[in-house]
Amino acid sequence: MARYEIRLSGAGGQGLILAGIILSEAVVRFTDKEVIQTQSYGPEARGGASKAEVIISDEEIDYPQVNKPDFLLALTQEAYNKYNRDLKEYGTMVVDERVDISPRGGPTYAVPIQRLTQEKLGTRMVVNVVSLALFNKLHEVVETEKLKTIILERVPKGTEELNKKALELGEELANNLNQFKIKGKEEEEE
Amino acid sequence: MQGNEACVEGALDAGVRFYAGYPITPSSEIAEDFAAKLPPLGGKFIQMEDEIASMAAVVGASLAGQKAVTATSGPGFSLKQEIIGFATMVEAPCVIMNVQRAGPSTGLPTSPAQGDVMQARWGTHGDHPALVLCPSSVTDAYLLSFQAVNWAERFRTPVIVLLDETIGHLRERVRLPGREEMVISSRKQPHGDPETFQPYEITDEDLIPPLPPYGGGYRFHTTGLYHDETGFPSNRPEVTDRLLNRLHEKIDKYKETLFLYESYGLRQANQLIISYGASARSAKAAWRKAREKGLLVGLLILKTIWPFPEEIVTQAGHDKNNIVVAEMNKGQLIGEVERVMDKRIPIRGANRADGVLITPEQILAKLEGVN
Repeated sequence: MARYEIRLSGAGGQGLILAGIILSEAVVRFTDKEVIQTQSYGPEARGGASKAEVIISDEEIDYPQVNKPDFLLALTQEAYNKYNRDLKEYGTMVVDERVDISPRGGPTYAVPIQRLTQEKLGTRMVVNVVSLALFNKLHEVVETEKLKTIILERVPKGTEELNKKALELGEELANNLNQFKIKGKEEEEE
Repeated sequence: MQGNEACVEGALDAGVRFYAGYPITPSSEIAEDFAAKLPPLGGKFIQMEDEIASMAAVVGASLAGQKAVTATSGPGFSLKQEIIGFATMVEAPCVIMNVQRAGPSTGLPTSPAQGDVMQARWGTHGDHPALVLCPSSVTDAYLLSFQAVNWAERFRTPVIVLLDETIGHLRERVRLPGREEMVISSRKQPHGDPETFQPYEITDEDLIPPLPPYGGGYRFHTTGLYHDETGFPSNRPEVTDRLLNRLHEKIDKYKETLFLYESYGLRQANQLIISYGASARSAKAAWRKAREKGLLVGLLILKTIWPFPEEIVTQAGHDKNNIVVAEMNKGQLIGEVERVMDKRIPIRGANRADGVLITPEQILAKLEGVN
């Protein structure tokens, strides 16, 4: 694939930076693609909007910053407000169902990520792994088993089962993504 | 692997077994990683009360025989300067990793900058030499940290690895040469009678005296004052002259082997971009875009910035009609480029110092014929 820019955003503490790290590690270990991971970082990110960015490419990645993401995940309103502006016109956007968004052209999905994570797994702690699995399934970056290997290496001991379930939930959401599709600008006008 | 982690791996593989530091953003992962990895290797990690003490501990460990490292960022780098000078004077091998953030003062703790280029050269007082390496990738961070330890040992001098927040926190694929290609250097040891040992007596062609560990049977005195071969102070002009010249010459003599760089398309070019560190990533993107537009542009990425690679720069630039120096400061290394180049060649700076990584477009805009 040509340079593909991914931005995972939400509230500080939701673990999206870890999700970005796991994704980039998966690319390094299980594909021959190039990858770069960066993050917004520092005291101002804690609690407020936070983002992790990953660039995947078949070619050498020189400039390491995300300019115009091809994919945006926004789990909170604040993250959406702060980070949606430079998304590519026809890039993919996945937001939590509670985020209010403006109509746009590219494929847009409002997914009950936080609600279903809470309902099915009893905690929102693993919302990062649910999101990561959703992204991975959608783009088929690496096979499920490979992603699972890295997730299990990276998450705290004792949370393995929970994270496996989070992985399954994320993939299930990706498989049913069309039911969460938001009508685009043009479609609404028709 | 992250740039900061790669620095730790490179230093450990070169044999570092001692770290003393005081954590500071954006270098803290270096301390964190050494703290986790040194004890299982039988090494020592010490968090000191401040940066001055950490630098002093590193010099102490070095004189006691260990390969020693510290890491910091701008404000801490300022504090370490006096002891870096002491290390230069007593010829204690050591490595200082400075992950630059925007300054002056506490500046922008979490943002990249390259404002410490001149401080790395002239931060400590006196007319001293400097060896400074600048990684522009995570692979570089590993290789240059390894090299820094080797050179510190070989030349008995402090070596500075000058990163920036972007490279320190970047994660990317790392490509390393095979272990057999990674040759480790260690300081020379004396072989004579400990009773007649003269710590600063020069017998070798490389002008570098052997350095036995404190506590190993060879007794010696170290001082920041000018000293003769006995290691004791002297203010005789000829002793002063001999020592200062030797501190410079021991590095100058091998200068050509110290210039690490990458170059792209220099021959088929009439314009040249020179860059280093994180800026070099943007410079490479700009170079690629310029080539796509059909412009004849060459790219020189410096890994060794001090000693300034005069011959490499003049050779790359002498036949160009426009040179762009891209750096994240108000223009520091550009002064060196101007100093060594023919005055008729226009030299322009592509600069950014607002805590944001310089963009390829900013660099492109300084080239001729872009529009």
